[in-house]
Amino acid sequence: MAELDTSGGGKHKGGKVRSKKASTRVDLTAMVDLAFLLITFFMLTTTLSKPKAMDLVMPDKDEKTKDQLPVAASRSMTLLLGANNKVEWFIGEPGKSQPTTDNYGKNGLRKTLIEKGKEIQQSTGKYMVVLIKPSDKSNYKNVVDVIDEMNITGVQSYAIVDIMPAELELLKRDGNY
Amino acid sequence: MPRVKVQRKSTSIDMTAMCDVAFLLLTFFILTAKPKTEDPVPVDIPASTTVLPIPDDNMLMLTVGQSKVYFSVDGNDIRKQTLIQMSDKYGVKFTPEQQEKFSGLPIFGVPINQLAGFLDLDAEGRKAFKQPGIPHDTTANNELSDWIREARRVDVSLHNRALRISIKGDNKEEYPTIKKLIGVLQKQKINKFALITTIKSDPKK
Repeated sequence: MAELDTSGGGKHKGGKVRSKKASTRVDLTAMVDLAFLLITFFMLTTTLSKPKAMDLVMPDKDEKTKDQLPVAASRSMTLLLGANNKVEWFIGEPGKSQPTTDNYGKNGLRKTLIEKGKEIQQSTGKYMVVLIKPSDKSNYKNVVDVIDEMNITGVQSYAIVDIMPAELELLKRDGNY
Repeated sequence: MPRVKVQRKSTSIDMTAMCDVAFLLLTFFILTAKPKTEDPVPVDIPASTTVLPIPDDNMLMLTVGQSKVYFSVDGNDIRKQTLIQMSDKYGVKFTPEQQEKFSGLPIFGVPINQLAGFLDLDAEGRKAFKQPGIPHDTTANNELSDWIREARRVDVSLHNRALRISIKGDNKEEYPTIKKLIGVLQKQKINKFALITTIKSDPKK
């Protein structure tokens, strides 16, 4: 890969000895090789998809706050997260309305949330309030999935609450616990 | 018939432009590269449609896997000062070398009485060491809560800003562990935090 000397020097004319002009070009091939090697290394080691942060706001647990308004049962929807990636939902108070077992995902929970959200909006004129109650058998992915569904379906008001014994009984009865 | 003389051309190509581009890209990748912190336990994070990237600094991350909690906070100065305050609180002494080592430790999950021994290990030994996680279960022995509180105090005193708290949990992690962790945070009146997720393609509504 040696460079050909294209400068036509070195013909002695007139007897004067001229100093040979050296070419100013440097062979960059090796340098480029090295640069690309390093680029490849850094490209392969960097993680391109950065993890994302999903903000979660929990309801204030302070016992002193007394200015909490009760939510009408007609517009509150409760989601019970059970075992084996199953979720049960009902509207209103536990025991009074029968829960429906559903699965996570596009055709399960998301459809329900959109439909019920619209129904409640029409019948009461207010937005739906969703209570997320993960049982001890549910896993972290289920919780994240449900919060994600809230963001996708645009539920304005939701909260993660502890599950009540009566609701655990419902899950047990339907074999989701 | 005269022979046509083909002029011999130089075989070398001008590499200057190529070299420029290569080094430009190299600089870019070096500057954007961030040393990957290896989690002590394999953590498979869930996917969501959130597009908000996690901030680069001022983060306190709690990594949860196999019912163990690991603690990591950004900033060497914050880590060092947090360790000093924790050693005062628990009466565990650390040598300046151990403090220096701790300030370069991205993530750890050992109880404070084992921490000195853990810091004395070299990098290989630390990797092999099975970290038991930071105690967080009982109210009497809640070191995790103290670590979080001290780190928040240090961040306020050193940089005058509020630490952002995030939870990085494994997909298969059972909810009670997360619930306990949220309980710890809520006791300190932290009602807003972030869950670390990977990107999932935007669903069609």
